[in-house]
Amino acid sequence: MRAAPLIVGAGPAGIRAAMTLVAAGLRPVVVDEAPACGGQIYRQPLIPDGRTPAGRYGSEAAKAMRLHTEFAELRDRIDYRPGTLVWNLALGVAHLTRDGKSDSIAHDGLILATGAMDRVLPVPGWTLPGVFSLGGAQIALKAQGAAIGRRVVFLGSGPLLYLVAWQYLKAGVNVVAVLDTAPFTAKLRLAAGLLLDPRTLLLGLRYAAELRLAGVPIRFGVEKPEINGDGRVDSIGWAEAGRVGHLACDAVAFGLGLKPEAQLAELAGCAFVFSERDRVYVPLRDRAGRSSVSGVYVAGDGAGIMGADAAEAAGERAALALIEDRGLAFDAGRARQLESALKRLSRFRDVMAAAFPFPHDWRIADDTTLCRCEEITAGEARAAIAQFGIREINRLKAVSRIGMGRCQGRLCSGAAAELLAQETGQGIDAAGRLRGQAPVKPVPLSLMDRISEVAE
Amino acid sequence: MAVLHRLFRHDAPTISFTLDGALCEGRAGDTVLTAILMQMDSLRTSEFTGEARAGFCQMGACQDCWVTLESGERLRACSTPLAEGMRILTGVWR
Ligand SMILES: Cc1cc2nc3c(=O)[nH]c(=O)nc-3n(C[C@H](O)[C@H](O)[C@H](O)COP(=O)(O)OP(=O)(O)OC[C@H]3O[C@@H](n4cnc5c(N)ncnc54)[C@H](O)[C@@H]3O)c2cc1C
Ligand code: FES
Repeated sequence: MRAAPLIVGAGPAGIRAAMTLVAAGLRPVVVDEAPACGGQIYRQPLIPDGRTPAGRYGSEAAKAMRLHTEFAELRDRIDYRPGTLVWNLALGVAHLTRDGKSDSIAHDGLILATGAMDRVLPVPGWTLPGVFSLGGAQIALKAQGAAIGRRVVFLGSGPLLYLVAWQYLKAGVNVVAVLDTAPFTAKLRLAAGLLLDPRTLLLGLRYAAELRLAGVPIRFGVEKPEINGDGRVDSIGWAEAGRVGHLACDAVAFGLGLKPEAQLAELAGCAFVFSERDRVYVPLRDRAGRSSVSGVYVAGDGAGIMGADAAEAAGERAALALIEDRGLAFDAGRARQLESALKRLSRFRDVMAAAFPFPHDWRIADDTTLCRCEEITAGEARAAIAQFGIREINRLKAVSRIGMGRCQGRLCSGAAAELLAQETGQGIDAAGRLRGQAPVKPVPLSLMDRISEVAE
Repeated sequence: MAVLHRLFRHDAPTISFTLDGALCEGRAGDTVLTAILMQMDSLRTSEFTGEARAGFCQMGACQDCWVTLESGERLRACSTPLAEGMRILTGVWR
């Protein structure tokens, strides 16, 4: 008998993939680090907190409830491992850890639906308590029912900027300002998205309008932000069209879009390609989600940022590919339907990327911390690049320790690549990508022996 | 002083824990990060410069929220539920 397929991640992509495999008569193993299903967008609280689904998930409540319910209904037909980290993948075996205990599972077919995290660039003061990523600010509110401060500034670019600011406003928190790093003219490009995904677009416009109506200042073209405070955020300054701005606040939520969580694809041996849209290397895949490695599929934001609706479609499409490749009957018509939906959503993502652009010319001041784990400044990185003639990011890591810390470069590798590109005058793709290493996240010391064993 | 403030779960059962020896109270459903930042300005001090840190991503990605228990065990505060009797230290993590 063939081993069961493995799905990593129980967000929209992983849930749809699991449902599709079960419908084909397979019994997948589903491993997810979170204690409950839903992924980032449909994340659940640890215990009920009195809020209705609409109170928690807003416009997306119906989708959240549907996915939670349908996944719960799979319970007896899958091997679900919540609260479990996949820390390594090697030779058809996944290494897991849960509550300090380790386990490994052999699998036949692997769907990576690992999602995304906030993309950031260093800002002076971004390590101060009270500064959180936009996603982090949302998790505090959505999953913990807490606000990151009483007077919160929202800084950066991307749809989450307006969404999370609006969610804080609705929760009764004082939203001091929305500081958008993109010029207002970028937003005019949204018009092109009206036919592709009118619902999402109109929701976004509504958030911005309601923020304005509530008197929240929205500034565009924000440059050189600087978060101030002594052991705690107390204000933020910035430049804007030749003027400077300054506001008192006790918290800042900051993000510049999202970046895929792709370490496991790397450990699985998948080839990567540079994505102009995401400004990062993503696993190479065909339209169905097949990676370059036979039997390994990638779906959802972990394979390139496309949003939650696309994640659902991609999860289902990848599962259909696995079913087909296993020689089982699969619905080719449904596969084509999903592919055309994904094509449309990808065009919508192009529009979003143009309307919420990444600030390409971000200048990181020399004394700003670039790598939070190893506490290396941008100036130290520049000095290393100049002294050793570094042109590639793994070399920069070896020389400067950037990306060598506990987060494995999740937070700083994007910034390090931007810096390398700026200093050497090459494109950011030429800076390369940090090689992934097991364990993908810190694991208990008791597992360290296992790790060296696996590495040998 | 506190970083976070609570908007929901005001009536959830309380959970007692200690922070650097001082007795504190959190609520059922809190992560360790939430429970600490409801009381304090930071979670820990950084390894090299000793600056105050309070986490960043709250989703288990940035690893900027590790704290230690008096037993020596280490926890990632944002992804660990608060449990009764935890004795948490916020000092330097090495
Ligand atoms: C913090 C945050 C908040 C967001 N909020 C919104 C929002 O409100 N609205 C919106 O439209 N979009 C939001 N997004 C974007 C949204 O995440 C995605 O569009 C959508 O969730 C993608 O679905 P997915 O299934 O690809 O991945 P996700 O939903 O991210 O699910 C991936 C799952 O994989 C798990 N995982 C990853 N690596 C491992 C591993 N090694 N071992 C075990 N499990 C692993 C994760 O824990 C997670 O549960 C948010 C993104 C982030 C990062
Ligand atoms: S706050 Fe980022 S890992 Fe906990």
